[in-house]
Amino acid sequence: MSEDLESYRLAAREWLAANLPTVDGGGARLGSDDEAWQRARELQRILHDGGYAGIAYPKEYGGRGLTPAHQRVFNEESAGYEMPLLLNVPTFSICAPAILDFGTEEQKREHLPAVLRGDEVLVQFLSEPRGGSDLAGAITRATRDGDMWVLNGSKIWSSGAYAADYGICLARTDWEAPKHSGLTMFIVKVHQPGVEVRRIKQVNGDSEFCQEFFDDVQIPASDVLGEVNGGWAVASRLLFHERTAVGGGSPYVSGGHAVARVPEPDLVELARRGGRLDDPGVRELIAESHILRTVAGQLVDRVSAGIRGGAMPDPAASLPRLFSATSNERRIDIALAVAGPAAVIPPAGAPGDLGARYLMRQGGSLGGGSSEMARNIISERVLGMPREFAADKGVPFSQVRQSQTPG
Amino acid sequence: MQLELTKDQEMFRRTVRQFLERESPLTKVRELADEPAGFDRAWWRQGAEMGWTAMLVPEELGGGTLSGQGLLDLALVAEEMGRLVSPGALVPVNVVIASIVDAGVGGHGKALEALMAGEAIAAWYDGSGVTASPAGGGYTLDGTAELVEAGADADHLLVTARTGDGLRQFLLPATAPGLTPTRRDSLDLVRRHADIGLDEVRADVDTLVGGDRDAAAAVDRQRQIATVLQTAETAGAIDRVFEFTTQWAFDRYSFGRPLASYQALKHRFADMKMWLEASHATVTAAARAVQERSPHAAELASVAKAYVGDRAAALVQDCVQMHGGIGVTWEHDIHLYLRRVTVNQLTYGTPSDHRRRVADLLAA
Ligand SMILES: Cc1cc2nc3c(=O)[nH]c(=O)nc-3n(C[C@H](O)[C@H](O)[C@H](O)COP(=O)(O)OP(=O)(O)OC[C@H]3O[C@@H](n4cnc5c(N)ncnc54)[C@H](O)[C@@H]3O)c2cc1C
Repeated sequence: MSEDLESYRLAAREWLAANLPTVDGGGARLGSDDEAWQRARELQRILHDGGYAGIAYPKEYGGRGLTPAHQRVFNEESAGYEMPLLLNVPTFSICAPAILDFGTEEQKREHLPAVLRGDEVLVQFLSEPRGGSDLAGAITRATRDGDMWVLNGSKIWSSGAYAADYGICLARTDWEAPKHSGLTMFIVKVHQPGVEVRRIKQVNGDSEFCQEFFDDVQIPASDVLGEVNGGWAVASRLLFHERTAVGGGSPYVSGGHAVARVPEPDLVELARRGGRLDDPGVRELIAESHILRTVAGQLVDRVSAGIRGGAMPDPAASLPRLFSATSNERRIDIALAVAGPAAVIPPAGAPGDLGARYLMRQGGSLGGGSSEMARNIISERVLGMPREFAADKGVPFSQVRQSQTPG
Repeated sequence: MQLELTKDQEMFRRTVRQFLERESPLTKVRELADEPAGFDRAWWRQGAEMGWTAMLVPEELGGGTLSGQGLLDLALVAEEMGRLVSPGALVPVNVVIASIVDAGVGGHGKALEALMAGEAIAAWYDGSGVTASPAGGGYTLDGTAELVEAGADADHLLVTARTGDGLRQFLLPATAPGLTPTRRDSLDLVRRHADIGLDEVRADVDTLVGGDRDAAAAVDRQRQIATVLQTAETAGAIDRVFEFTTQWAFDRYSFGRPLASYQALKHRFADMKMWLEASHATVTAAARAVQERSPHAAELASVAKAYVGDRAAALVQDCVQMHGGIGVTWEHDIHLYLRRVTVNQLTYGTPSDHRRRVADLLAA
């Protein structure tokens, strides 16, 4: 270990106090407007200049080359400070790690330092209107034309695409190969001729989701990530990083939680305000929520260590992913029960995002691959149970039946 | 189970497993169901020789650990016992041993020696049913100690009693006049509990453990140790149940295909796998915190107890369901596990009790 953790902690504490503003924890909403993204980039620049960007990223690509433990120490110390949390998922914890895994030397040198400086935001162009679970069935098409590829089709549910610089985009490049063998991953500039980005309004009022339409978009051949027709390997790796990130185990997440951008509701405070803190049933619910959160973290530690040490296969990353999805569903229900009517009809002046959280309850069980897909993965690739029947197995993709009314 | 074992731990675990498989397989457990104590003293002595009673005792007192973290080592024994629904009084004996050691041994050296050698068994009572009234330099104890594990079979009883001035703990010989154990039935085939009546039991100052001052902190520590060992045992039990139930799903066919090929069932196995790993994770975290006497030890012990208690019973019931009709027969072994995890769930504090403890810590 290049730097001992306790002195690292003290140095980080001092630096944070001197360089970053604190947040009051009042539940300020961030995440759906250009200003918040601009602010995230600025904050990342400050972190970068202070030597706290990409703590666990290799030095040669602009990181600090330290251990996940250093990142974790820094994250603990950064609690209460304004941090560029928007950049965690997917830029730091999913897309950039995939470039680290599969990128050419030039791609790594072009993108990673820029990402860690806050100059480049990356997003995932994976899901399509025809479906997200069956990702390998993508029908967005890229056709080779000399030194260029030409992209046509549409991606959807891409979080934050409107504010991003590049999308990691899965497209079909061979229609006669079986579905997994005809895919290629591209690093696509978001703001360029032929790309139209439309924002989609969510139930909670945010417009973070986007749909992109590609109309003869020109992509240089040097922007292929991984091998031509080897896109599924890259996609699998992206999904692995994604499960790890949304499960809470990414070593690349900077500052607190990967996903939560708004502070967790303080259930003790909610119960006190509602005059329910002495109710034994309410107290048990508060404890249950805390227990689930604690065990979620403990499971992350166990599975991360298991995968690192080889005691568990990579697909075990779906265990904490499923745990975080299902326990968050339960914890949102508990928050409503503890808050009572104030959850849905907040008193004047009180922050009122519990109801909106409830409306988005299933988001956590869909984004990053659904809970059902996680259960498929655990049963098939951790427990070794038979794979589901697939009607498209080994069939040239051009002959695979598609949905009646593609979305 | 802890994921990363040292070589010594790995070897020890294997030795314990082989011993239990040879000396107390499930067929033997079924036989022991008819014995009053539910276990054999000679068997327990062999276990003690293997180290079951040494891990919480420092070397200078004749104990020793494998990894330097005695509670984590001892949790391995508990897990292996869970895998085979073993009999014995691992929890109370080790809790009492740890209490004597923590209190500086004092006049309890002989008892400690006998417990460590496996010659004697101890029971432990941490409830509030006993009062101690000062009398003639010592105390007189009255009341009923309910639900005492191995209470009718122990040679020593560590009893917690209320005084006008906090708690006191006394280590009494089972032969002390005024002690009357009454056996209770148990859902578990081999784990015995008793209520112990205390009627003007004379307890001289030399029976005090931890001196004549409030024992509240000592009792907390004992509860944490009990919780870790008990949840480790439960984790071992569900590990084994999940193992043979998964195998069953591969071997059992309906409609010409294995149960393991049906998505509805695969998804339930995925959930169970998640509960199982989460249980191991929280037990390991609790064991580590209690071992290190972390300021979070009480909280993490209760987190583990509440989580494992609920999930383990749910997991075994789901596994019963996966078995079909055979799952509710006397012949199939799964009920031995269901009995054990259910008794573990509801003793040393129910999940609900432990949630309330967690809430008290959060709202404090
Ligand atoms: C908050 C959020 C953020 C997201 N961010 C991104 C992003 O940045 N980039 C991106 O590309 N996508 C993103 N997504 C999309 C997400 O990956 C998809 O929504 C998800 O993969 C499911 O795909 P779908 O919506 O097409 O549903 P479908 O695939 O049509 O699935 C519908 C339902 O059927 C179930 N189902 C489908 N197939 C099976 C099966 N074989 N077995 C059992 N059940 C099955 C699913 O679990 C689901 O419940 C995001 C989604 C959310 C909610």
